[in-house]
Amino acid sequence: MNDTTQRYAPGEHPDMPPPVTAVGAVGWMRQNLFSSPLNVALTLIGLYLLWLLVPPVIDWAFLNADWFGTEREACTSGGACWVFINMRMDQFMYGFYPAEQRWRVDIAFLIFAACIAWLLIPRLPGKNKVGIFALFIYPIIAFFLLSGGSFGLEHVETPKWGGLMLTLVIAVVGIVASLPIGVVLALGRRSQMPIVRSICVTFIEFWRGVPLITVLFMASVMFPLFMPEGVNFDKLLRALIGVMLFSSAYMAEVIRGGLQAIPKGQYEAAEALGLGYWRMMYLIILPQALKMVIPGIVNTFIGLFKDTTLVLIIGLFDFLGIVQAAATDPKWLGYSVEGYVFCAFVYWCFCFGMSRYSIHLENKLHTGHKR
Amino acid sequence: MQTDPSKMTAPAKPPIWNDPVYRGIFFQILVLGAVVLFGLYIFDNTTANLERQGIASGFGFMETTAGFGIITHLIEYSEESSYGRAFLVGLFNTLLVSFIGIVLATFLGLFIGIARLSSNWLIAKMATIYIEVIRNIPLLLQIFFWYFAVLRSVPAPRNSVELADTFFLNNRGLYSPAPIFESGFSAIPIALLIAIVAVILLARWARKRQEATGQPFHTVYVSTAIIIGLPLLAALATGMPLSWEYPELKGFNFVGGLVMIPEFVALLLALAIYTAAFIAEIVRAGIQSVSHGQTEAAYSLGVKPGVTLRLVILPQALRVIIPPLTSQYLNLAKNSSLAAAIAYPDLVSVFAGTVLNQTGQAVEVIAITMAVYLTLSLTISLFMNWYNSKMALVER
Repeated sequence: MNDTTQRYAPGEHPDMPPPVTAVGAVGWMRQNLFSSPLNVALTLIGLYLLWLLVPPVIDWAFLNADWFGTEREACTSGGACWVFINMRMDQFMYGFYPAEQRWRVDIAFLIFAACIAWLLIPRLPGKNKVGIFALFIYPIIAFFLLSGGSFGLEHVETPKWGGLMLTLVIAVVGIVASLPIGVVLALGRRSQMPIVRSICVTFIEFWRGVPLITVLFMASVMFPLFMPEGVNFDKLLRALIGVMLFSSAYMAEVIRGGLQAIPKGQYEAAEALGLGYWRMMYLIILPQALKMVIPGIVNTFIGLFKDTTLVLIIGLFDFLGIVQAAATDPKWLGYSVEGYVFCAFVYWCFCFGMSRYSIHLENKLHTGHKR
Repeated sequence: MQTDPSKMTAPAKPPIWNDPVYRGIFFQILVLGAVVLFGLYIFDNTTANLERQGIASGFGFMETTAGFGIITHLIEYSEESSYGRAFLVGLFNTLLVSFIGIVLATFLGLFIGIARLSSNWLIAKMATIYIEVIRNIPLLLQIFFWYFAVLRSVPAPRNSVELADTFFLNNRGLYSPAPIFESGFSAIPIALLIAIVAVILLARWARKRQEATGQPFHTVYVSTAIIIGLPLLAALATGMPLSWEYPELKGFNFVGGLVMIPEFVALLLALAIYTAAFIAEIVRAGIQSVSHGQTEAAYSLGVKPGVTLRLVILPQALRVIIPPLTSQYLNLAKNSSLAAAIAYPDLVSVFAGTVLNQTGQAVEVIAITMAVYLTLSLTISLFMNWYNSKMALVER
């Protein structure tokens, strides 16, 4: 009796397992890596590139690296010298902020992180209150905490601010201030009143048309000229105003996108209910429009976060600025790559995290507005 | 209680402060007034401050001798040249790095965008990693990395990294052969120009013929032949009037050839690599935006794959790709101003940096710099609007 040639009645043939080459790891590889001669070649080229790149990098960054020590001399193995980062960590985080006052920075950012976490976790209640606190009350608390000068806190001048703390301050101030200004500008641009509209269009197009660096140059050399004699304003404040003007123009365009996406029926319905312009905007239009453009706002924030590095050109020591300064320090000369890699890693974590969040939001919000 | 019918029918006129028309006018006058007052206040303060600090105003300084050198210039420039000339040098350097950067970024972005859609898992993942890594790291950091970490650590001229004895990379820059145009070379560009005009005319004729008779014409092959062939013929006829000057190591440095200074190379690399990540995403989104049904429909009509790509997919994908692509080009041009951080003599570095420090005329210098970028942006925006209106879907 021969099993392999056994005959079955029609329809009674038992299911056979799929061929080995079509399932499992082999099947997957055949389908995704070696499906055609071209793909075989591409896979081989890709593997070669990986082989060229990955082992040396891992070797340099982990296997051959020096992690512990306090001196340059501790770096002997020829790989990355993370001792440099270790030793300069405090400076990278706080700049020249006095060491005994750094708890103030910690507290300010803990509150901030708590607010953000509260807003991001969907289950927690009272989002409106936390949002209002974060937008309006928190900046005042943070200002007094960081700058000091009252409530028994020692005053810390802004030239001493630096590192990641300064980067976050600039980015957060830029985004928080640009939201309300951006809303006003976007409303103005969509307004029926020709003068208001043209003023808003000019403002938006002007700031969007010039690079941030010229805005910062302008802020640092021209703002002092704009002020009456005797008024002296802080370099950081000037940079902040420049960043604010710049980002509010971009924010206005993002919000305008949301306003344009609101169907005309919403406006008409609001008017039919007898709502005036401001109440229509506040109660009907803006809540919908802003919700729709949250991903856009997050993307603007990512752009702004990366752009804060430019303040080093006008002489502020933000995170990149302080890493750059440390890398040119004669004591640690030759370890700039470690500095840049660390810096890139930190920026990447922030930006990638935010972009993931924005994608998550896009997926979440998408369902509600599909027509 | 009023029951007079005449008063019932006549619509009650709102009081003047509730009339939207008057309210609008009032509000606009208020805003305009505030803006004008603010402008006057700033103007007033500025003139007072300038007077007090003894800074001259006006654009007379553009004629004054600059007195500083610029390491790389496309046009004639020396220390005796005027500030106006320095401005032009900076402007041309900006345009140069932007133009080459745009070309490189487009090719790299196109390549990576297509790789990301590849059916090959490894290639697609590698492209994704490239995009996610590069676009989440600040551009300035990347410029620093290329300039301070990579190009500063390449060897001195004596131990240059060389490629086929023609390209040399060392810490003084990237050396490549320089073309030397001999007499009679002008025939080649003229031939190229004639070829381009001929191709345009040919394409027009071919389209007209196809519309009239349905007969297709192999425009692509014939155009390629014309564009390559005509200049080649001209070159052969004039006896190859082009030779190359190779860079040579003399003493401590190379002599001859074309040299790209490290600042330029670093800026170019960083700009191209950074922008390419964004362009790749745009290309991917554009190609994905064309639904697969379009391809299937074309195939079921018997259209060949190549023709489908050219006539069905690309025109629709380009409609999605071009607007964000132009804004990326604009971003690249604006980002080239980061050159100031590594002292590549671009417009911002030369003009808003050195010239501003020397003359102290902040208002004029910043105004000119901003005006240049604004003109660039507005020109591109105008072009975009024109293009959009031309390409927009004509709906029934």
